[in-house]
Amino acid sequence: MSSPTPRGTKLAKGATILEVEDLHVTFKGRVGLLAGLRGNKGTQSRAVDGVNLQVRKGEVLAIAGESGCGKTTTARAIMGLQPVDAGTIRYEGKPLPRNLKPYLRKVQMVFQDPTGTLNPRQTIYEIIAEGLRIHGIDRGPGGEPEEQLVAQALSRAGLRPPDRFFLRYPHELSGGQRQRVVIAGALVLEPEVIVADEPVSNLDASVRGEILQLLMKLRADLDLTIVIVTHDLGLAWTVADRVAVMYLGRIVEIGPAEDVLLRPLHPYTKALLDVVPEAGGLERPILTGEPPDPTKIPPGCRFHPRCPVVVSGKAAELGIEAACRGEDLGLDEINPGHLSACHASRRLGARAHEAIVEAVAAIGREAGSDPGTDADGSPDGTPPGSSAAT
Amino acid sequence: MSVLSLKDVHITYHTAAGGVPAVRGVDIEVAKGEVLGLAGESGCGKSTIAGAILRLLPSKTKVEGSITLDGEDILSMKLGRLRAVRWTGASIVFQGAMHALNPVQRVGDQIGEAITVHNQAGEREAKVRVGSLLEQVGLPTRRAADYPHELSGGQKQRVMIAMALACNPSLIIADEPTTALDVMVQAQVLRLMKDLQRDLGLSMVFITHDLSVLVETSDRLAIMYAGKIVEEGPATAVFEDPKHPYTAALAAAFPQIGDLRFRGNPTGLGGDPPDPQEIPSGCPFHPRCPAAFADCQRTVPELYTAGAGRRAACLLVEGAHTGAAEVAE
Repeated sequence: MSSPTPRGTKLAKGATILEVEDLHVTFKGRVGLLAGLRGNKGTQSRAVDGVNLQVRKGEVLAIAGESGCGKTTTARAIMGLQPVDAGTIRYEGKPLPRNLKPYLRKVQMVFQDPTGTLNPRQTIYEIIAEGLRIHGIDRGPGGEPEEQLVAQALSRAGLRPPDRFFLRYPHELSGGQRQRVVIAGALVLEPEVIVADEPVSNLDASVRGEILQLLMKLRADLDLTIVIVTHDLGLAWTVADRVAVMYLGRIVEIGPAEDVLLRPLHPYTKALLDVVPEAGGLERPILTGEPPDPTKIPPGCRFHPRCPVVVSGKAAELGIEAACRGEDLGLDEINPGHLSACHASRRLGARAHEAIVEAVAAIGREAGSDPGTDADGSPDGTPPGSSAAT
Repeated sequence: MSVLSLKDVHITYHTAAGGVPAVRGVDIEVAKGEVLGLAGESGCGKSTIAGAILRLLPSKTKVEGSITLDGEDILSMKLGRLRAVRWTGASIVFQGAMHALNPVQRVGDQIGEAITVHNQAGEREAKVRVGSLLEQVGLPTRRAADYPHELSGGQKQRVMIAMALACNPSLIIADEPTTALDVMVQAQVLRLMKDLQRDLGLSMVFITHDLSVLVETSDRLAIMYAGKIVEEGPATAVFEDPKHPYTAALAAAFPQIGDLRFRGNPTGLGGDPPDPQEIPSGCPFHPRCPAAFADCQRTVPELYTAGAGRRAACLLVEGAHTGAAEVAE
């Protein structure tokens, strides 16, 4: 980091390298011509609904949540792949310029499915070199030729000896090797930040650890900053320094991984933790209902229809139930660096963790509303408590 | 008596490039009311076994050994009898609930079809049974009139489970039933299957690569690698104290939150699962095994006894090494 690297790193470790401020992304449903003329705007899906996030240089940040929570959309917006309705993304303090090319050289994305990402008709060499050619790089910082840059990227990604892979095609490689090619394709541009969307969920169990090991090694060797989007909190526990939990388009809890995963301050994080499989785990409470629907975001705290604190009556006991049902809220800093968007943690501070645990225990196996009624809209306001307390 | 029994089963796929030995000598017993978890990576042969139990594999596939269901030999069964046994003797919950349902038929009719085709009931009676099946899997009866696209992924998987239960089979084979589902929905579906299994006294073969899911649902685990079972035993014991290095690697792929050994330290195996046409010599796992030693290249390990009710195919299992070395000489 202190050595005069050609990458020209200016920021100190821990400084904010990437910042997302009040990001909003809305997907619009189709509207017929007549309905459109009448002013009907159709269904609006608020996929990302006010995300604020700072990514620190050199950290591994995991963004976790159920499908539909907006985690991938947030990642795509950071990459400029997703038109945003409102909000600012800043890199090293400066808003993204209109021409994204120089920025995209510094921030590279690794997608979920390595088979779908790689062009089946290109050789591995062509795939890796394409990034260099797009950015008009024909020499490395030390004057290295293209071939050497490609070889270096492949061997950094663990494909050794690299020249053995030059002329092969993606279908000749295993799933793990393909994901390494994707990572090499990102590395060849010597990025500062890698955004990885579910980088191991399509891989075989025994290969996953290896790819994660590779990411951790790259972080240490190249001083990379890594944002990992995942649904797997076990993965977050293994690799992340900080964890952000998203629900219905917002970050509801963020903080150091140990704090968020071992002493969650938001009931949704607790619910997500409770469904991580482990021996005898099926007796623990499981939120019922389907993943929430971003076209129908409930009023008040967006989690309240499924929230064990509300359903168990704990919220009423604490005198916050009206707020839960009617008052939307943002993140509060409860412990240093540990933020939560919950009326219980706003009221109780760090003691909210115990209150959440108690509320969950009071409900027993069934947290939330009855599964039979789920698609009829438990997230958007089936009266909580109607069936849950049984 | 075992509900399902596989003895020395070998399965070879026929391809243009020659035979592909997908399963190479597997013994499995599933007792009444027992859940067997079958784990392994893609290509290890676990789904092939599922297909073989109901003879659903491509016609040129060579299946050797014996497979019996409720005491009846499946492999020599006449086609008419086989049709009857499929779904009434054993049924399958497939991996892709999204694609296993007919998109242009109401889900109630699809479940009802299974009942009437097997002459279990007339049309009217079947309708009543469909209603109660849906309730059993936690869906309101009126959902019978829905088309698959009107249901979410978790609800479709519930319909698939209702269908599997339709003819009161004694065995249900669940092939990666929750892989495509979200974490929260996965937990709901797993609990539903476990509750139904317990209440109805069903036998189950549960197939997935996710050991942590299996340890929640299964009584016993069998771990497969390269077409063979490499470890078996009581689920919790195998998961928490694996005797085979491959099982240990699989278990570590799904770390428990709070376990400091995994914090900042992802563990993985080098290499990739072997090509079934080029199985390594000796122990097929030796090229990737962190604990391999010289003998592993030469000696093919048997399933050695490794504690109470447990067996593992590894030369490191106590007592196995010396014995194996003598055989090798």
